[in-house]
Amino acid sequence: MELLGVTGRSAALTAVAALWPALAWAHTEEGRAEGFLAGLHHPISGLDHVLAMVSVGLWGAQLGAPAVWLLPVTFPVVMAFGGMLGLMGVPLPGVEVAIAVSGIALGLAVLAEWRPPLWSAAVIVGFFAIFHGHAHGTELPAGASGLLYSIGFVMATGTLHAVGIGIGVIHRWGWGRLALRAAGGLVASAGAFFLWRALA
Amino acid sequence: MSGGPVRVTIPTLLRGLVAVGGLVLLPAPAHAHLVNTGLGPFYDGVSHFALTPEDLLPALALALLAGQRGSRAGRLALFALPMAWLLGGLVGLAFPTVTYAPALTTVSFLALGGLVAAEARLRPEWVTGLAVVFGLVHGYLNGAAMSQAKLGALGLVGIVSTLFVTVALAAAMVVAIRVPWGRIAVRVAGSWIAAIGLLLLGWSLRAA
Repeated sequence: MELLGVTGRSAALTAVAALWPALAWAHTEEGRAEGFLAGLHHPISGLDHVLAMVSVGLWGAQLGAPAVWLLPVTFPVVMAFGGMLGLMGVPLPGVEVAIAVSGIALGLAVLAEWRPPLWSAAVIVGFFAIFHGHAHGTELPAGASGLLYSIGFVMATGTLHAVGIGIGVIHRWGWGRLALRAAGGLVASAGAFFLWRALA
Repeated sequence: MSGGPVRVTIPTLLRGLVAVGGLVLLPAPAHAHLVNTGLGPFYDGVSHFALTPEDLLPALALALLAGQRGSRAGRLALFALPMAWLLGGLVGLAFPTVTYAPALTTVSFLALGGLVAAEARLRPEWVTGLAVVFGLVHGYLNGAAMSQAKLGALGLVGIVSTLFVTVALAAAMVVAIRVPWGRIAVRVAGSWIAAIGLLLLGWSLRAA
């Protein structure tokens, strides 16, 4: 056995141990970054959720002020309330069916450019938001950081509404109004598919 | 120097292994909750406030609320909040009984976010009162945590300085808003903070 080899291995081992990175706790506690990214990802992980949330923005854009800001303010708060119920383990019947129906209802509202009274639009959006929030609340990963998960979750939800409102800007043009109504039809069709799948 | 192989005896090898073992078992520094920037306690405090959403978001909400209520409320909150935070922090440094109170954080998110979302028509004195209560509570928690982390009063000064700048910028920005959608954006921000508070409440009740 060559003695230099033993020395070399020992020195290499020492160097590896010396250079071995200590756990970088930095500021974040374990699982915090995972919590934020998981929260950011959760609302966009299901097409049924995404379509419904974008539709809220589209409908708000069609209805104009003050609905254009009232609906996106209502939805995250009521959705968070639903999420809180889900986190607490409060049962809510027919969640998947209600989420699918929300796609149909919101899609049809956009398709028909339905203009109900403001309070009624807010109640409809709030009603469906509870089911969306509840579904997210019951699916939250164990061990994730609650605060950062919540921040990511609310940011993603709000951004989806903003996307809907941004798309809804085309409502000012004639072709844009038609395109928006067509998009509403597509959302309603997708909602019907999700309903069929939920009931199957 | 001779270029021949160096002879290594068994004791040398053992010393090497002991050294390796020592390095492997060397305990990593425990940073706990507070930031350690390596730049000293003042910057640790600055970083702590900037990187801790439990403190930053409610403070931002309070600044937005003060801005919504006009320049007088903004000016009062600008001095009341940091002073109360400093006072609470000094008490926390002296009597570090409680370092973490998630229920109080949740209440701050819900109450301040909700008030901003509703654009509550509070008088400037009420906004100042809220700033004092909120500052005392969060300052105390910061001070108690800093006492355990041995950061001392200088870290607290870093926190309060950053808080002052944050409140000044956020409140002034809201006071200066003239376009309607700008005020709506502020209310949306408040609703997001309140929504985070609701989810935090759910997390707390789930853990209980």
